[in-house]
Amino acid sequence: MSRGYLIRRLLAIILVLAIVTLAVFAITTILPGNAAIMILGEYATPDAVAALERQLHLDQPWYMQYLSWVAGILHGDFGTSLRLSQPVTQVVGEAFLNSAMLALTALAAVIIVAIPLGVLAALKRGTVIDLAIGLFSYLGTALPEFVTATLLLVFLAAPNVGPFPAGGFVAPWEDLAGFAAHVILPAATLGLILLAHVSRQVRSEMSEVLASDYVRAARLKGLSERRVIWRHTLPNSLAPAVAVISLDIGYLLGGIIVVEEIFAWPGLGRVLMYALENRDLPVIQAVTLLLAAIYALSNLVSDIIIAKLDPRVRYA
Amino acid sequence: MRRFLSSPSAVVGTTLLVLVLFAALFGPLIAPYDPQEFHPLARLQGPSASYWLGTDQFGRDLLSRILSGAPATIAFGVFSTTIGVVVGSLIGVIAGVSSGWVDSTIMRILDGLLAVPDLLFTLLIVTVLGGGMEHALLAVAVAFTPGMARIARSAVLSVRTRDYVRAAVARGESGLYIVGREVLPNALSPIVVEATIRVSFAIMIGATLGFLGLGAQPPSTEWGLMVSEARQFMFRNPWCVAIPGLSIATAALGFNLFGDALRDALDPRRSH
Repeated sequence: MSRGYLIRRLLAIILVLAIVTLAVFAITTILPGNAAIMILGEYATPDAVAALERQLHLDQPWYMQYLSWVAGILHGDFGTSLRLSQPVTQVVGEAFLNSAMLALTALAAVIIVAIPLGVLAALKRGTVIDLAIGLFSYLGTALPEFVTATLLLVFLAAPNVGPFPAGGFVAPWEDLAGFAAHVILPAATLGLILLAHVSRQVRSEMSEVLASDYVRAARLKGLSERRVIWRHTLPNSLAPAVAVISLDIGYLLGGIIVVEEIFAWPGLGRVLMYALENRDLPVIQAVTLLLAAIYALSNLVSDIIIAKLDPRVRYA
Repeated sequence: MRRFLSSPSAVVGTTLLVLVLFAALFGPLIAPYDPQEFHPLARLQGPSASYWLGTDQFGRDLLSRILSGAPATIAFGVFSTTIGVVVGSLIGVIAGVSSGWVDSTIMRILDGLLAVPDLLFTLLIVTVLGGGMEHALLAVAVAFTPGMARIARSAVLSVRTRDYVRAAVARGESGLYIVGREVLPNALSPIVVEATIRVSFAIMIGATLGFLGLGAQPPSTEWGLMVSEARQFMFRNPWCVAIPGLSIATAALGFNLFGDALRDALDPRRSH
């Protein structure tokens, strides 16, 4: 992977994000409802509305509004939340940290569970175990997050019976056990869809690699079965799984909106839902841009990991 | 056809799909009770001889509500996907056929739109349009358009340089004839496969919007809305969230498996 390739990819991401800013701005400026009236209430005097419009630059043409918004972003200033009267960077920053903890827990759980599951299914191909894992993963892809979340709540968080809290958040630096108890159900919900995709991908790729010449050669050399599988087969089966995970980051980012809403997890999804309900434009714009940036960057990171896993992959 | 039905996932997918489509077409007709009728003495019951799938918080029969909600839920998925596929394919075909700066401009815009996750995109559009079933349907269609355009474009590109297209160009056929008679029919199968699989996503997103209160509105029996209305009572009767939830999963699974099987049948190179 050459440096030129990386620079070109980063430039492409910047171009994509520039287009996202335009699209988001277009969508949010045609939102019905005057932002000034939203803040001041229906009974505000016309003078007060006009004054606030000037303060928010709503009296300027759209391209001026857009340019001053983009200029602000480039200086790290996303404006002020219309509802919370706090800088957007502060509101979104805290929420981002909470969401990142949830998403990374889900991702880690997926990697720990899905890869062995896929390996198991490939080794036991055609048996009842393989079929069971397959059925489980198909079910995982067909259950929307809100259904999984609700069912998990019913069975694992019933009042007085269930072992887990029904929602809420505890920071890990305050109480690690409390954090773990709160994160488990939302992370399991988010992980289920990815679990299905990743374990299927590992299974099909493993089956192919197991039938390859170099695995046969490794076996003929008299290497132990464990070494053949974990050292020769698995590392060569992981690249497509990484590609699937990076595509699934999109699902994960969408799923987080629903999951946080259901489990009252104070992250980006909750902030977004709150902002959408209250027409809090600066917050909507910032969250959308942030999620798009994460998605684009995760695609780049996955391409880099794939190139590291498989030296044959060359990006010019 | 026999080859198509030889794989187990095709059989399961087709069976589920037939079941779901039957419910969508005839569900309201065969429902044993009026879906909105209260049975105050039989609230929050589990499955029994008189209420096969149990009852909800007002004693309404869950089986009847599921059957009467099937058309709304399934039609949402099918229609939103259809609109997204038609508009997206049109854009994709234009990009694929025109190439040059038109193609690259369209592709850059699509890249930007694709960077926004589907559900987030849908939520933004629903907020602009205001909630409700029709707006939610339109929002999902718009959110699907960029992805479909991309697939249609690559399908067109793979066909564009084939000999039969070159022959048509050499014969001096009009551009519209070449696109309509030579390129499009041959680029259709990946589009159809992708569309079938996407119906399952559309059903799930539609139900999610219903659940969030941004799609179907009460007293609709759309399945996502049913889950959200029953949530308060889920600890007293898990059936009233499990039944609509599993119905959504069945519908999504049916379209998903059928689409996968269709891909294997239409493109033998990909099946192992």
